[in-house]
Amino acid sequence: MDKPFAITLDAGSSLANRTGSWRTSRPLYVDRLPPCNHACPAGENVQGWLYHAESGDYENAWRTLTLDNPLPAVMGRVCYHPCESACNRAHLDESVGINAVERFLGDEAIRRGWKFDPPADESGKHVLIVGAGPSGLSAAYHLRRLGHRVTIHEAGPYAGGMMRFGIPKYRLPRDVLEAEVQRILDLGVKLRLGAKVGDLLDTMRRGRFDAAFLAVGAHIGKRAYLPAGSAARILDAVSVLRSMEGQERPLLGRRVVVYGGGNTAIDVARTARRLGATESIIVYRRTREKMPAHDSEVEEALQEGVMIKWLSTIKEAGDASIMVEKMVLDGKGFPQPTGEFETLEADSVVLALGQDVDLSLLRGVPGLEIRDGVAQVGRNMMTGYAGIFAGGDMVPSERTVTVAVGHGKKAARHIDAWLRVTRYVEPPKHELATFDKLNTWYYSDAPKTMRPTLDIIRRQSTFDEVTGGLDESNALYEARRCLSCGNCFECDNCYGVCPDNAVIKLGPGKRFEFNYDYCKGCGLCAAECPAGAINMVPEKI
Amino acid sequence: MAFQPVKFYQTGTFTVGNRLLDPGERSVQANMQRTNSLNSGHRACQGCGEALGARYAIDAAMNATGNQLIAANATGCLEVFSTPYPETSWQIPWIHSLFGNTAAVATGIAAALKVKGRHDVRVIAQGGDGGTTDIGFGCLSGLFERNDDVLFICYDNEAYMNTGVQRSSATPPAARTATTAPVGSEPGNVFGQGKNLPLIAMAHEIPYVATATVAELRDLEAKVRRAMEIRGARYLHILVPCPLGWGHEANDTIRIARLAKETGLFPVFEAERGTVVSVSRIRRRLPVEEYLRPQKRFAHLFGGTPRADILARLQQIADRNIRRFGLLEETD
Repeated sequence: MDKPFAITLDAGSSLANRTGSWRTSRPLYVDRLPPCNHACPAGENVQGWLYHAESGDYENAWRTLTLDNPLPAVMGRVCYHPCESACNRAHLDESVGINAVERFLGDEAIRRGWKFDPPADESGKHVLIVGAGPSGLSAAYHLRRLGHRVTIHEAGPYAGGMMRFGIPKYRLPRDVLEAEVQRILDLGVKLRLGAKVGDLLDTMRRGRFDAAFLAVGAHIGKRAYLPAGSAARILDAVSVLRSMEGQERPLLGRRVVVYGGGNTAIDVARTARRLGATESIIVYRRTREKMPAHDSEVEEALQEGVMIKWLSTIKEAGDASIMVEKMVLDGKGFPQPTGEFETLEADSVVLALGQDVDLSLLRGVPGLEIRDGVAQVGRNMMTGYAGIFAGGDMVPSERTVTVAVGHGKKAARHIDAWLRVTRYVEPPKHELATFDKLNTWYYSDAPKTMRPTLDIIRRQSTFDEVTGGLDESNALYEARRCLSCGNCFECDNCYGVCPDNAVIKLGPGKRFEFNYDYCKGCGLCAAECPAGAINMVPEKI
Repeated sequence: MAFQPVKFYQTGTFTVGNRLLDPGERSVQANMQRTNSLNSGHRACQGCGEALGARYAIDAAMNATGNQLIAANATGCLEVFSTPYPETSWQIPWIHSLFGNTAAVATGIAAALKVKGRHDVRVIAQGGDGGTTDIGFGCLSGLFERNDDVLFICYDNEAYMNTGVQRSSATPPAARTATTAPVGSEPGNVFGQGKNLPLIAMAHEIPYVATATVAELRDLEAKVRRAMEIRGARYLHILVPCPLGWGHEANDTIRIARLAKETGLFPVFEAERGTVVSVSRIRRRLPVEEYLRPQKRFAHLFGGTPRADILARLQQIADRNIRRFGLLEETD
């Protein structure tokens, strides 16, 4: 072709000019670990299920959620939601009401009758689970979905463990619990009620079990020595709460004193109010800041008229009154007696000083280590006896339903690996998506939708559920408050803000790719990514 | 508790796209089939605001006209980086004019289309602030006066960047350029009365005048769309930060544009026939220092002897803009 004077090149598109060669650092799409997921003791992919809930696809949200936790309707009521404490949105306005949305999804699943998918293959292995509490049910669910046969031996008359015998109805209605338990059983999990395991190895041999998961819980109330008159009525909290499930309600009287500072103490005090106690007083030896009970529960108890005597111990219990000694905190934060006494009128005293585990089934199992009243397990939840795993309240841990569910899942994975003679290797954890990684300019301003709480009067006198649920419109609103920390939610910002069109949009659900032929490495995509899902890394030059 | 209908979309319209919005409410830039009028391989610097602004605006105009568009382009950065012979980045009919006559060239194209009866084909003239506020000003004023059917877009990066950052009449007071050294008692560019081209365009009482920044895509696209609904002379002034000339990080281009608006230094508004009809309000008001400090062209204000006096004068400009255009949310 004849070219004009001094012209040597053919005219053409600038696509011939690969500006990617200018780059000194390159953008990479990453998935960072959202703080909610990081904080969840049950290992839920919170950001992942909120993503589906945001678009109104509740079934997919529920299915994503239940990959980790089979009890969302229970969890949405009783979990102390460490996810919300960790939520990055708290730095903007208020944390996302994750727990409320979880409950909405759980209730929606019950209402619509969603079921779990049955396992694809049967492994032919049979696992014994001892205890149908949150940990045992969670392990049963995960093992069953992994294709193993599962039989639960439960000593009590109903499934649920502490969810039934420890948590009052006003926090967890029993029909909700039963619906979620039944859905697990519908997977083909066998449940034997009233079947206390006395000799574990014998039970395993007779039933030809290949492995066992122990989750018997902590049902024995701790006693403390209390000088008491012969007519004094002293009960323990676990028994009081358990008898709430029976025919006859416990007789506590008009003036009830609860001794202790944990969640159980709060539960008993609130239960006493509902049973008609005019005075329900918690006696606790330290201050509110030091109290192990969760603040939201303390707040609700105070609203209901429960009284709390801080910095006090019970010295002596008489038949109609108790002697209380005032305490002071020393330099290390421990309570010390002052020698000042006070008398409180009390028809009964309920001790809520913690619980012990009944470990009698472990007698005769070699290699098992018991320390501080709980069974010791390795990182894989296995006890010293090969093939016997344990979790929940009977191993060292924080004793909550959520932790127990997490134990069940973790144990199930290791049991599965053990049965298949492999090792379960945890996938590597992504870098944490901290608040400074986000570009929060892009999020709309929106305060949290509070769940309605029952009128004070109603909840003082009845066992109706205290906290109401979200409806569809505000559940959707709440889900959309999620910032999707560390994970692409396809806002198209990177695709839009690239001055070099070097971001390729792959279509809905498929995210994006960089076109490194033209990416100059300016970093605008990373700077303007709301979720912090793009990382700039130096090029090897 | 009162019923609260869901009108909340996580990011609303702040982000480029939003999978939760109806397709009709999504931006042109979020579309997988956007025209990419200014294609990859252009030689603009890393993080160029002008390249970004030009693609935003022309893609939106293409979308609004069914791809029936011709653009005349003044000499300047945009022309230099997009069409070094023999390459072009433009995927539209595009003509390079002289530095000063792009408005006149566009007038000619519009006249020719009129003669040919091609009312469907629309004309855009575009250039930088040099080609608009200085060298091309006479031709542009003529275009306005004749009310020719052209949308003129000025990509304002506040100096002559491709020749080495010389001052233009759009350079802000106190800014350092190659020709306004940061020395003496009044360092950087002088505090003159300024040359506010959007206001000058409004004084011509043309059908449509608007300002925009690369930090507010939806607003920018809406203004292009509105402009293309109107016949006659229209003017769109887009603030496009320049990492090289302003001395900020390449990844800060959008943040800086956002700060220009949030401080009140760059009022974002639209006007029809000489009257302001809407303003884009400040979402989170900030002092001008937040905008100035990340830019090396203002570094002399924060050096060994900080110039609080100059900062105060710049703040006055921002405060006046906020009052004059009503940039803050009304407190009623």
